[in-house]
Amino acid sequence: MIDSLYIAWKYVSFYKARTATLVACVTLIAALPLALELVLEESERQLLSRAESTPLLLGARGSALDLVMNSLYFGDEVPELISMRAADDMDASGLATPIPLYVRFQARGFPIVGTTLDYFDFRDLHIAQGRQMALLGECVIGAEVAERLELKPGDTLLSSPETLFDLAGVYPLKMKVAGVLARSYTPDDLAVLLDLKTAWVVQGLVHGHEDVTRTQDDSVIIKRSDNNVIANAKLVEYTEITTENVDSFHFHGAPDDYPLTAVLALPNDERSGTILRGRYLDTAIPYQLVVPGDVIVGLLANIFRIKNVLDAVILMVGVATALALILVFALSLRLRQHEIRTVFRIGGSRLTIFRLLGAEITIIFLVSGLLCGFAMIVVDQYSAELVRRLVIG
Amino acid sequence: MIRVRSLEFRYPGTDFLLRIPDFQVGTREMVAVIGPSGSGKTTLLNLVAGILVPEQGSVHCADSEVSTLSDAARRDFRISRIGFVFQDFELLDYLNVLDNVLHPYRITGALKLTPRIRERARDLLQQMGLGDKIQRGVERLSQGEKQRVAICRALLPSPQIVLADEATGNLDPRNKGHILDLLFEAVQAHGSTLLAVTHDHELLPRFDRTVDFNDFLVKDGL
Repeated sequence: MIDSLYIAWKYVSFYKARTATLVACVTLIAALPLALELVLEESERQLLSRAESTPLLLGARGSALDLVMNSLYFGDEVPELISMRAADDMDASGLATPIPLYVRFQARGFPIVGTTLDYFDFRDLHIAQGRQMALLGECVIGAEVAERLELKPGDTLLSSPETLFDLAGVYPLKMKVAGVLARSYTPDDLAVLLDLKTAWVVQGLVHGHEDVTRTQDDSVIIKRSDNNVIANAKLVEYTEITTENVDSFHFHGAPDDYPLTAVLALPNDERSGTILRGRYLDTAIPYQLVVPGDVIVGLLANIFRIKNVLDAVILMVGVATALALILVFALSLRLRQHEIRTVFRIGGSRLTIFRLLGAEITIIFLVSGLLCGFAMIVVDQYSAELVRRLVIG
Repeated sequence: MIRVRSLEFRYPGTDFLLRIPDFQVGTREMVAVIGPSGSGKTTLLNLVAGILVPEQGSVHCADSEVSTLSDAARRDFRISRIGFVFQDFELLDYLNVLDNVLHPYRITGALKLTPRIRERARDLLQQMGLGDKIQRGVERLSQGEKQRVAICRALLPSPQIVLADEATGNLDPRNKGHILDLLFEAVQAHGSTLLAVTHDHELLPRFDRTVDFNDFLVKDGL
């Protein structure tokens, strides 16, 4: 058998293009369904485990899926905004602990998650390096963010403008990295977590600037009266929060009206949860309270319905490829009549021919198997990222 | 020893009939076969080697009645007793020179590939002037070089009978004499019998005997 494999290896390595085509066909047809299975398993794991650990989610009426994807997996699609008052009302009801979320902005491609310290306890997130955020302008970054951006506690990270040519928008905020989270293998690894107020600073709702009452530069002042000073855009706005300028940061408007994307609701008990859900059934209320698990199960059902269709397509392509391979080998036997005749004439038998062909097929399938295995390792390595890009968005 | 008696052979679907009433080659004899193209000289070699089976008559060769052997027995007989230098070389493009020479050892269980055989193959190739081309693919060889590789493959198992079909047909005059010397030396060294088809009448004096197919051949049906 070793001799047959040796000759077969010589054959397949001599006809490189033919062999490469066959190997590519076999590898693709084997790897496609396996890769699909891996990605779907990963998406099911990622989506379901996080959704099932989140009891209730409050957000604006509209797409429940967008709300869940944004709040749990920090997807790019931002739902309709709600106000901080929604979280305060829930807190006042005494039925659940609200954890406000504001997931709208990004920092160098990673989602900025404005929330409170309760979020860390709820998600069981631990600081691996540095410390928890304590001051305005500080953030805690996920393990993956730290690794990819090569950041460590003490470094700074700039928020990104919402749009590329956001001339009228706010300046990017230079945030200080207070700590790095231990890896949790969840979307939190890819998040930049900061206090809600800092998130509002990123948006420009809370800001700090030089004291207009003390400035010596008259060109900044448009109008000055005894109880009011109006400045123009020349006034220096701070893009970094420091101990020197932190006191100058202030709110404009009522903080109750400040925006959120969602509120995670942690009911005190099952009964409280049921009551809470009942309260938000009224369509006159501009909010919806969803059970993330139900939303994700619905999404997965759709995904698996699509997967069944894909499986059928792959099966058909597989059968077609198998038939094509049989045809290729049959035609190759015709093309190799001279070689087969040589083997017969120098003393080979029909069995010799079958052994040689068997060895060639073995090599092709072995190489394909190895490539397929390698492809699966790569897919497995990047499946979390693939799920994030393909499913979560 | 080769003995052919009352042999008749016809290729299926053709009207060609090869009929040889009596033909014999003694042990260690070196016989040249001449005759016009298409007269059946190659067919005779194929019948002696057991590649073809006669319709009638017998082929007795190296203590075996070849024509009555089973397919498997004829294959074993051919591998172990016959060295065949084919007219069209029968080399495989995807194997290098050495692998082509060793090919019979790799495809059958009747021959055992040992380090000694490998060494002998290298020596034979060296003698044939192919020492520096052992690892070269045969598709990059000239016709003459391919011929020499085919001769090495035939001689390697030290066969009792060497059948050569235009063994020097593709060689230039200088190499022709040299290769024929090597072929004769190898045949004599192993006490083999040589039956060689040739069109080259200049070489005939070097053989013990020449058989002209026209003398005994009946080719009818035309």
